[in-house]
Amino acid sequence: MDLAYTQEEREFRARLREWLAAVLPGLPPRPDPADWPGRRAYDAGWQRLLYDAGYAGLHWPADAGGRGATPTQHLIFLEETERAGAPYVGANFVGLLHAGPTIAAEGSPEQRARWLPPVLRGDEMWCQGFSEPGAGSDLAALRTRAVRDGDAYVVSGQKIWTSHAEVADWCELLVRTDAAAPKHRGISWLAMRMDAPGVTVRPLRTLAGSTEFAEVFLDEVRVPLAHRVGAENDGWRVTMVTLSFERGTAFVGEVVACRRTLDALAAEARRTGRWDDPVLRRRLGRLAAEFQALWRLTQWNVSEAQRSGGVPGAGGSVFKLRYSHARQELYEAAAEVLGAGDALDLDREWVRDRLSSLSYTIAAGTSQIQRNIVAERILGLPKGR
Amino acid sequence: MDFQLSDDQRALREGIAQLLAGRFGRDRMRAAHDGGGGVDRALWAELGAAGLFALRLPEAAGGVGLGLPESVLMFEELGRALLPGPLAATELAAGAVKGAARGEAVVAQTEAGQPVAHLADADALLVLAGDEAYVLAGGPLRRVLDGARPVRSADPGTPLWRPAALPAYAAEGEPVPGGGARLRREGALLTAAEQLGSAGRSLEEAVQHARDREQFGAPIGSFQAVKHLCAEMLVRTGTARAAVYAAAVTGDPAEIAGAKLLADEAAVRNARDCLQVQGGMGFTWEADVHLRLKRAWLRAGQWLAAADAEEELAAGLGRAEPVGAPRTHVTRHTPRLHAAE
Ligand SMILES: Cc1cc2nc3c(=O)[nH]c(=O)nc-3n(C[C@H](O)[C@H](O)[C@H](O)COP(=O)(O)OP(=O)(O)OC[C@H]3O[C@@H](n4cnc5c(N)ncnc54)[C@H](O)[C@@H]3O)c2cc1C
Repeated sequence: MDLAYTQEEREFRARLREWLAAVLPGLPPRPDPADWPGRRAYDAGWQRLLYDAGYAGLHWPADAGGRGATPTQHLIFLEETERAGAPYVGANFVGLLHAGPTIAAEGSPEQRARWLPPVLRGDEMWCQGFSEPGAGSDLAALRTRAVRDGDAYVVSGQKIWTSHAEVADWCELLVRTDAAAPKHRGISWLAMRMDAPGVTVRPLRTLAGSTEFAEVFLDEVRVPLAHRVGAENDGWRVTMVTLSFERGTAFVGEVVACRRTLDALAAEARRTGRWDDPVLRRRLGRLAAEFQALWRLTQWNVSEAQRSGGVPGAGGSVFKLRYSHARQELYEAAAEVLGAGDALDLDREWVRDRLSSLSYTIAAGTSQIQRNIVAERILGLPKGR
Repeated sequence: MDFQLSDDQRALREGIAQLLAGRFGRDRMRAAHDGGGGVDRALWAELGAAGLFALRLPEAAGGVGLGLPESVLMFEELGRALLPGPLAATELAAGAVKGAARGEAVVAQTEAGQPVAHLADADALLVLAGDEAYVLAGGPLRRVLDGARPVRSADPGTPLWRPAALPAYAAEGEPVPGGGARLRREGALLTAAEQLGSAGRSLEEAVQHARDREQFGAPIGSFQAVKHLCAEMLVRTGTARAAVYAAAVTGDPAEIAGAKLLADEAAVRNARDCLQVQGGMGFTWEADVHLRLKRAWLRAGQWLAAADAEEELAAGLGRAEPVGAPRTHVTRHTPRLHAAE
């Protein structure tokens, strides 16, 4: 067990730190959360900066346009960017964290060449069209139909809760290509242009008041057969690859952010005198243990992935379960630090974060579904009936 | 960074697990608990001969010369096997009390306000008093025992005594080099490792039962309510393990406090969930889980209790300049953001 970083890893960290210190002060102010074109431009600009400096797709294989860095270097990258308060991955989330890795793993050489470089440069944004009104946790129950017509699929149906649909160029879309097959068997994974005729995006308002996600209506949208990743009707397996990336690596940087927030909460409580309340103090102390341990768990999982060749394992579900609840606890404590006077003031960042933290136990698979995965895939308990 | 067990560490853990399986299997474990508890001197000496207590002593002093991470792996196995006795105190006193390193002496531990575990078995008593620590033996130790009254212990593996006011004996003790703070830290960590082993054992037992026991014509482990209890047990164990191992590597006081908190929680909650999964069987004396729960309660109060650990962690919060504070000293040319379209 060794928590010390190698010489090479330390040099990588030092170079990155230097680069961040040089670049961050020159960034324009962050756009208003409701300004979608502004947010897109900002996120694209940040991605381009990373690309030009050689930090884009750090842990992707070199033949997918990546730098072929180790999982540990990727971890250092996430830690340092978060520490320095660099922009969040934002609207590049789906492209970088799951559509991209899926295409890198499952796509043809032409598909990799067509789709991956624009993701890394920040030129093209992706969204994830998996969920449907009748298919959330039971994703394989999806009904959006794709029927072959010449060299294209004709797609009709409805997707929902599609994050960043308003600014995306492409959608990783799950469709049913064989209605007669058992439900896991007749699914295919397509890349669909969001500006194709027949695609209508209707923003949904979240409980936080924002429009983070949308409904996407598909009315006879033509998607070329060449835009299918993986074999026809083999989309469920391709999807499992996507989800393992989503759960395995997507939340790592946020643990660092939570530790910073916790420290800021304590500083605020010290300033206002609420620190004298031992119940609150001890609650924050316990959260410090929690986020410290989550960081160590991350290092454990990354070391394990590094030894086993880089594929995130089911350990991602363990992390996601614990983290999503800890994050909610953190913002419950924040409300207490703010006190009744400020806990409902939407101009306070912690109040907005408290609201958005409510999605953590739902998005990317609910806690109940994660527990099923842990029980069946890690502990080997029998499948439920 | 390679935060995984090395081959040597794996081998070491295997070794102690095998020794315990052979010498302290389920029958011995039950006999130790059903017979009123206490330290099995023969086994204690065997563990000593295997190097368990001398693991961290320098080779020049007859020790093995390994570090905290190795001791933690050993103590995790001791916790898994539910071996009774003041294990952490004896390991910590290996350099200070004659015979402790070889398992020929039993060293109990105490601090103000706490009952003393295994006092009647002890050859020496390690007393923690703030930043001070001292050892009582011989006459002074006998006087502590004479002035103590036995407690009817809820933990059948651990006889407890309530001594008369401890500070009175302080002058008679030998001060321990290194002082109380280090002992408390390391004692907390080794105890956390035992808790971790106990949490892991509760998980294994619950999963085994969930596979074997059938109700409504199916293994109860196919029911989601049971599955979710087991999944949470794994999450607690995994998180506590990362915390305990990392604390063993860094030796950092705040990290150790966090590890003790999470390991205490994992041991206690996992035992309770295991008991729930075992149903009526779990509530009987025959099931082992109550023994683990009671021991977990005991350990949670030893060395570093939750309130103190939380205060220690809180003390480190909100003081330093936040890590992400803007840097203003950079004057270098900075590239402009590209517009997207
Ligand atoms: C902020 C946010 C962003 C999202 N972004 C996207 C996106 O970009 N693309 C996309 O495709 N989707 C997205 N989603 C959708 C998300 O993946 C689903 O909401 C999620 O998988 C749950 O599905 P559901 O909402 O239909 O809930 P349901 O499946 O209806 O679940 C409702 C409740 O029932 C429980 N439940 C359901 N089945 C079981 C079971 N078998 N056992 C036990 N309990 C069960 C659930 O745990 C939950 O508590 C997003 C969601 C949120 C909140």
